[in-house]
Amino acid sequence: MNKTAVKMTVNGQAVEGKAEPRLLLIHFLRDELGLTGPHVGCETSHCGACTVDLDGKSVKSCTVFAVQAEGANITTVEGMANADGSLSALQEGFMQEHGLQCGYCTPGMIMRAHRLLQENPNPSEAEIRMGIAGNLCRCTGYQNIVKAVRYAADKLNGQREAAE
Amino acid sequence: MIPGAFEYHRPGSVDEAVTLLTQHGDEGRVVAGGHSLIPMMKLRLAVPTHLIDLGSVADLKDIKAVGPVIEIGAMTTQHDLIASDLLAGACPILREVALTIADPQVRYCGTVGGNVANGDPGNDMPAVMQCLDASFLLRGPKGDRQVTARAFYEAAYFTARADDEILTSISIPAPATGHGYAYEKLKRKVGDYAIAAAAVVLTMEGGTCKNAAVALTNVGDTPIYVEAAGTSLVGTPVDDGVIAKAVAAAKAAAQPAADMRGPKEYRAHAAGVMVDRAIKRALARAKG
Repeated sequence: MNKTAVKMTVNGQAVEGKAEPRLLLIHFLRDELGLTGPHVGCETSHCGACTVDLDGKSVKSCTVFAVQAEGANITTVEGMANADGSLSALQEGFMQEHGLQCGYCTPGMIMRAHRLLQENPNPSEAEIRMGIAGNLCRCTGYQNIVKAVRYAADKLNGQREAAE
Repeated sequence: MIPGAFEYHRPGSVDEAVTLLTQHGDEGRVVAGGHSLIPMMKLRLAVPTHLIDLGSVADLKDIKAVGPVIEIGAMTTQHDLIASDLLAGACPILREVALTIADPQVRYCGTVGGNVANGDPGNDMPAVMQCLDASFLLRGPKGDRQVTARAFYEAAYFTARADDEILTSISIPAPATGHGYAYEKLKRKVGDYAIAAAAVVLTMEGGTCKNAAVALTNVGDTPIYVEAAGTSLVGTPVDDGVIAKAVAAAKAAAQPAADMRGPKEYRAHAAGVMVDRAIKRALARAKG
């Protein structure tokens, strides 16, 4: 099957690659673009380790073909740090609250939490838990993951108030 | 977990998509959100050689009120349903159902059209559409036709939709103002299909039930509209004795298979419990 050219914006950079239509976005990101932050977990759209932000939606990149993302604006965990290279509030939260053990689920957790906080800047604990319901952590570290998301929400809200 | 090879098409209109589907016959499949089809393709349970992506067909993504009818474009995602102010006011059961489907990431992609069209008995929207007496608009090479949700489902993955037709929109007669509604879904975990689920919509007037509809999810090869359960409530104050009759009618209509979600007796019993809860919650919400 012929490969077709695919263009998209990833972490703010225009990128171009070649993809067979059946190439999944997760493999395009990892193998064509070298972005190994999004992880291959279950490959069945259950675990959320491959979650990336695509045009303002959290999606499981194992269940989207790269050709479907033509023209899309994608953010992976590699694009999450602040412009000066310092950790974003979410990344800092995962560090401060010990929000990871093995770290395998972390890029997906961070990308999902990123979109959750865009839509709901002040989520309750229950809202955080339901918001990350599509991401599995097999170290069962949910307690600290929830705390990490809450840490980021508090920090971002504090920054917003200070700016007003 | 790599799908078989296929040629990818991205038509700009429904008619263009129908033309492609007609050209490619059995080899062609339409993809909407892709969260049922792509997993099936990865398992090679579906091996289309032409994939026709509706992602660029813009006019399939509306939610609008047209007189007393709510029209929902087939490419409307579960996330869109949850976020819709129009539906929150006019038909809130859809939000309640959408929130029980899969998980947030899947709901950003999964569409209401795909959910009702693919004929998976585990899908939640078909029974709800039967409960609401919705109709599906299908477009094929000979034009448009409408099929009611109650007549659409034939067997697991078999529906009234022909291979060369595309489901383009769903029409729902807007339920009466002040109606009561509930969707009760028993499931093992977030994201799972139902062990059994029940949709109930009813209207009360002066303490008497004016109309009622009950439908079941995942306790048969198709969604099950239980007409007898609805009619047993009509003309009554919906007291416990009447609810027990509706529950008995629903359990008699349920035909679950034994699977990893439990033996059939358990799942039929669970269907009854879901109907009982859904009627009581719908009643508590109904005004009048």
